[in-house]
Amino acid sequence: MNIRAQVSSVFHLDKCIGCHTCSIACKNLWTDRKGAEYMWWNNVETKPGTGYPTQWEDQEKYKGGWVKQGEQLQLRIGGRWGTLGKIFHNPSMPTMDDYYEPFTFRYGDLTSAPAGNDQPTARPVSMVSGKPMKIEAGPNWDDDLSGSKIYAANDPGVVKLSAEEQQQLFAIEKMVMFHMPRICNHCLNAGCVASCPSGAIYKRGEDGIVLISQDKCRGWRMCVSACPYKKTYYGWSTGKSEKCILCYPRQEAGEAPACFHSCVGRIRYLGVLLYDADQIESVAMQDDKDLAAAQRDIILDPFDPQVIEDAKKSGVADQVIESAQRSPVYKFVKEWGLALPLHPEFRTLPMLFYVPPLLPVMSMNNQGKQKLADDFFSTLEQARLPMQYLASLFAGGNEEEVKAVYRKLIAVRIQRRSATVGDIPAEEVTKACTVAQLDTEAVDAIYRRTTLTRIKERIVVPPMLREQAIEAGMDPEQHKQEMGFGSRRPPKRRW
Amino acid sequence: MTDMILFGVFPYVAVALMIGVGIYRYFVDRYSWSSQSSQFLESRVLFWGSVPWHYAILIILMAHFLAFLIPSGWAVVVGSPLRLYLLEVTGLALGISTLIAVALLIFRRIGNARVSAVTTVVDWLVLLALLLQVATGVYIAFTLRWGSVWYLHTATPWLWSLFKLDPQVHYLAALPAVVKLHAFNAFLILALFPFSRLVHVVSVPLTYLSRPYQVVVWYRQRRTG
Repeated sequence: MNIRAQVSSVFHLDKCIGCHTCSIACKNLWTDRKGAEYMWWNNVETKPGTGYPTQWEDQEKYKGGWVKQGEQLQLRIGGRWGTLGKIFHNPSMPTMDDYYEPFTFRYGDLTSAPAGNDQPTARPVSMVSGKPMKIEAGPNWDDDLSGSKIYAANDPGVVKLSAEEQQQLFAIEKMVMFHMPRICNHCLNAGCVASCPSGAIYKRGEDGIVLISQDKCRGWRMCVSACPYKKTYYGWSTGKSEKCILCYPRQEAGEAPACFHSCVGRIRYLGVLLYDADQIESVAMQDDKDLAAAQRDIILDPFDPQVIEDAKKSGVADQVIESAQRSPVYKFVKEWGLALPLHPEFRTLPMLFYVPPLLPVMSMNNQGKQKLADDFFSTLEQARLPMQYLASLFAGGNEEEVKAVYRKLIAVRIQRRSATVGDIPAEEVTKACTVAQLDTEAVDAIYRRTTLTRIKERIVVPPMLREQAIEAGMDPEQHKQEMGFGSRRPPKRRW
Repeated sequence: MTDMILFGVFPYVAVALMIGVGIYRYFVDRYSWSSQSSQFLESRVLFWGSVPWHYAILIILMAHFLAFLIPSGWAVVVGSPLRLYLLEVTGLALGISTLIAVALLIFRRIGNARVSAVTTVVDWLVLLALLLQVATGVYIAFTLRWGSVWYLHTATPWLWSLFKLDPQVHYLAALPAVVKLHAFNAFLILALFPFSRLVHVVSVPLTYLSRPYQVVVWYRQRRTG
């Protein structure tokens, strides 16, 4: 057993209102500078939709993640020689056109234009070249455009559906969508780490946060291809790749990451998971349909005395084990089995989990009123969003995984309806709980954790033990007032 | 006297700059050490420029180095007319590909608004120096045939004399101006090296072939049990 701690998250999609506050909080903190304008370490996508960058899920095009080569796991961009061979030109790397060209407007023209008969206009100009440009894409360009023939219809998950299912998805008054916020998944078997020729990308041992050493990065840009989630971004001005840092400086100060802290819908949960690092490879080798379950299995019970003992032996700090016991992520992912990884079939073992959305899937238009379907469990097959689509997102195509989650979500709904409105008989509640394999205690706990939690229960930042980290490297007496400044040079091109 | 400055003094200045500034930059501003790839901004033309450029220039450079480092071995290789002929033809073909490639890369930097926006003065100096170098190289290969042989009796002893801190510029003095330009420009490129994106040349990531896929970094030594 080689037990490690991982700061992990759960995003509850039923609660996401698609307000993009998370994206803005992140942008203001980290990526509001030249070369990083297009980097959305946090973005919110409309699903079905093409996402950001366009069709990022299409690995035939972008070659992200891993593939099984016999008994071996290999990066989809190629083996080691293959990766190095692409160093002069990487054919599967997305270009700026797959994201968008950052733009601003010549606002000054509005006030400085000479007097005339026409209203002065602020022309759009490129933030790369400074030249006037035609804006053809931008951040969240397909926001709320589900049902669109350009965007939703080209969703790689939708393309895989049958013609009949697709038709149903785009029928007037049946159109459906949900929002899906995405950040770096801080994977256990990260493609970006594995692909970096310089070895600049690493996982922090203590908390599992994946970072790019800006001093080691040489701009070979393999990580951009190898990350199947397209969450490493190439800084076109600095010549360095950058990615979500899970706000580790905030976490080290005991604060929630900015996107978590600012979340209006309170959809985000953060906490530590303990896992067995020796099993990473064997989990990543499972069949597509078993990956979601295998990833759940690698997570260990932080209350098990044996696990606690082994964790201590592996060097996990007592405070971190204690934090893992309070982790809401453990409850959602392992205890209740409500949260699933995004695209486990990419085999990177992403450590961000999603509770799939219930409302857009199960609500029906009934004589002009939206209401939940009457017979929940048999209607799962006829849900507005095909189960196959959701399974291709969250379970490597395994519909049973997704249905199991929905049965639980529905049982919680029925129980609450019965408790608050009282128009559902107790037998129905018992039946729903039996079908969902949940006891009433769990139903109540899920309800509370979903709706009534305070920030300290949703976001359990583990102690980052900075003092130990500092003491390991330097004598605090000798280096007073010298720690914590980080890079004191602005991140821009100087040579 | 000019020859002495250009081929007896300047090479030392260039190498001193390369090593001195290179080390300074590596330790003081390592963040700046990057290939500064512009593939993100323009990918299609880059393919036809970058790939032939890199592979061809690497082989050509290797030939120059081999003839300098192991002249006796090189003399054996070029000793047979067939091998010499093959070598010259290959070299010329590779040289022409670098010339076309660098021309493409220059047109790309001028023609593409995004790419020209991220091009600095030093980038232009480097590109023009490289263009001059491969252009004079191809010209020499065309007009002054059998360079693979006469290199052994001119450039090799000159470079060795530089290496032994006893510069013998007479090896170059009698050669045509274009060869002198080629030799001078080579050291000019070395001088530009630490100030430009050329530094990526010494960051060849060969360790990638042997390192484990996943990299985990710990703050403190783990207690093992």
